[in-house]
Amino acid sequence: MRRRLLTGNQAAAWGARLSGMEYAPFFPITPQTEIMETLAGWIDRGELTGRLVTLDSEHSMVTAAGAAAATGVRVFTATSSQGLLHAMEMIYTVPGWRAPFVMVNVSRGIASPITLEPDHNDIMAARDSGFLQIHCATCQEVLDAILLAYRIAEHPRVRLPVLVNMDGFYLSFTREPVIIPDAALATRFVGAFTDDDTQFTPRTPTSLGVAVLGGTPYSYFRYQAHQASLNALEIFEESAEEFHTLFNRRPLLIEEFYSEDADIVFVMIGSFATKAKNAVMELRAEGWKIGLVRPCLLRPLPIHAIFKALTGKKGVAVIDQNLAAGRGGVLHGEITGALYGRPGAPPTITSFIGGLGGRDISGAEFREMAVVTHHAMERGETPPPRLLFTQAELASVRKMQATALGSHALPTKTQKGEGHE
Amino acid sequence: MNKPTIKKITDLSPHRLIAPGTPTCAGCGALAGVHQIYDILGEKSIFVNGAGCMTLLATYPFTPFKGSWLYTAMACASAGAQGVRDALDILMEKKRRQSDEAMQVVVLTGDGSASGMGLSATSAAMDRQLDFICICYDNEGYGNTGHQYSRSTPYGAKTATSTKGFHGVKKDLFAIWAAHKPTYVATVTAAFPLDLAKKIEKASKMKGPRMFIMLAPCPPGWHFDPPHAVNMGKLAVNTGIWPLKEYIDGKVVHTLIPKKRVPVEAYLKSQGRFAPLFLPGNEGQIQAIQAHIDDYWALVPPS
Repeated sequence: MRRRLLTGNQAAAWGARLSGMEYAPFFPITPQTEIMETLAGWIDRGELTGRLVTLDSEHSMVTAAGAAAATGVRVFTATSSQGLLHAMEMIYTVPGWRAPFVMVNVSRGIASPITLEPDHNDIMAARDSGFLQIHCATCQEVLDAILLAYRIAEHPRVRLPVLVNMDGFYLSFTREPVIIPDAALATRFVGAFTDDDTQFTPRTPTSLGVAVLGGTPYSYFRYQAHQASLNALEIFEESAEEFHTLFNRRPLLIEEFYSEDADIVFVMIGSFATKAKNAVMELRAEGWKIGLVRPCLLRPLPIHAIFKALTGKKGVAVIDQNLAAGRGGVLHGEITGALYGRPGAPPTITSFIGGLGGRDISGAEFREMAVVTHHAMERGETPPPRLLFTQAELASVRKMQATALGSHALPTKTQKGEGHE
Repeated sequence: MNKPTIKKITDLSPHRLIAPGTPTCAGCGALAGVHQIYDILGEKSIFVNGAGCMTLLATYPFTPFKGSWLYTAMACASAGAQGVRDALDILMEKKRRQSDEAMQVVVLTGDGSASGMGLSATSAAMDRQLDFICICYDNEGYGNTGHQYSRSTPYGAKTATSTKGFHGVKKDLFAIWAAHKPTYVATVTAAFPLDLAKKIEKASKMKGPRMFIMLAPCPPGWHFDPPHAVNMGKLAVNTGIWPLKEYIDGKVVHTLIPKKRVPVEAYLKSQGRFAPLFLPGNEGQIQAIQAHIDDYWALVPPS
């Protein structure tokens, strides 16, 4: 066991290394590339045995990952944003192959406009694919989640790929102290890749991904993958328990932060939830009974744990770092759906959109969200989803627009040749 | 062991490894070729398929193959082959597979995929010198969706989306693939089973990318009656519009040079898809196609 300063990307690479990854099909994309480079460096220096192959696209990369896992080796890969979307056809396909492997997504906003900084619209596009999803808030969680993910993915009752998500820049390029587990303990925890489902051999020929005709066999296989995903809840819990025994840290289904006695609870996923923690402490100092609930596992959705954490609350403010155009926040829909109609469900569940493309969420905004939620509770009326954006931001965009128009508006200035180029 | 065992037509197996009763169309030129290929490669193979007509060969709960099958998607069969090949190599290295469990990884793709969205993944597989066999069955259109034109459709052919005849030029996939300098590239067609068998057997004993383009006469897409499928393949070769050749060691060698080429009009006339070429006012187009073929063969050194 060692403690080291690692970026989220390096922590991900360590997670793959300690899990005994054998095969890593890759394609570079910011802000993920450091994961691939770290693994490649280890392999080149002989510190890691494993085969890293650069494919021609993320679509090919996920195909190769699924095909290799289905054949019988432990596979690791990673992507981000446009890459995840480019691969989307295969993201939906390989869970049906029941191919267990782990893929890290380093969240980044998606075009248009094209950007590099994080939000969760990329990972939300994979929400219903059949991949399981673990969302991390710290670099330590990234490493731990990968070990845990292999355990769950390869479990005979699951056999599904897992996406481990971290926020680009905020985690991928931020150094945090990370405990690197002892390699032998990690090997013991993850175990050997099961050869029970050995496929594509001359002795056990296999047909995989075959066509079906009609809705009956189609529904049968789709339902099977769904049931396997639900099985992962139980496997998560028992694996987390063993993780705790071996490493003295417990991976959580959901994190509950000062929520037990709270009237109002923020609900967020990912690293921006640490901003909410800060706000909770500040608001509590002022007398607010407020807390945070952070789902760590999003697929399968731990409905019972979420309900248990939120039951009896007067108000819940769901802060989505994504925007479902024409609707609002994806997480808000998930949480309200999980709670609706249950006795003791919070009567008020407000919706806020923030942190798009890496936009900060300030302490003042957390306070405002608490106030809006409080008013909604008092009035018994829930306002429509609110898009966080300040007057100062609007002014800054207006300034950019003026700059963009500047060359047309003031042709004489550029003609003088001052400072251009 | 590496000497060819197939020298004459009677060396070919009289038995079929692929089971009958597949859902392909009557007279399918692609299935005829896949039969012949599978008899040689055998069940120690995994066929990695991209979306196309052959995708329906394995339809749950049936498969005609004695060996393995993996359906991927339209653009990525060669990437699937990469994953399988790499995994098999790793398993062999780590002795998690016995040495007698060696397998051929075979991509089976149509021309629509091979000349379009599958080109990137296949190009990259050749770049990486992937040890695989790639078979493009070329029925010269998007056959499985009702035969719209693909970039492999020949000039003048009527398709569901070129009802007055296709005005593009058939993409030269052989040249594109050969430009990657893979181990082997060959054209074949089921009407010449000995030529096909010799090439497949030769390729099966090589390593690296071994690429095949197989002309697949298609009764519904080309508008001819199923019993004439073999004749279509023969005419294609004997008119010189489908040269049988191979690329090996950096050189292109023609494996069958017609002694006297049949005028291409005979080939064009036999298929309803070329009917637009025979409409009044289009006479020059058939001459242009013939001239194109003659120009091609003028550059081929005699064997």
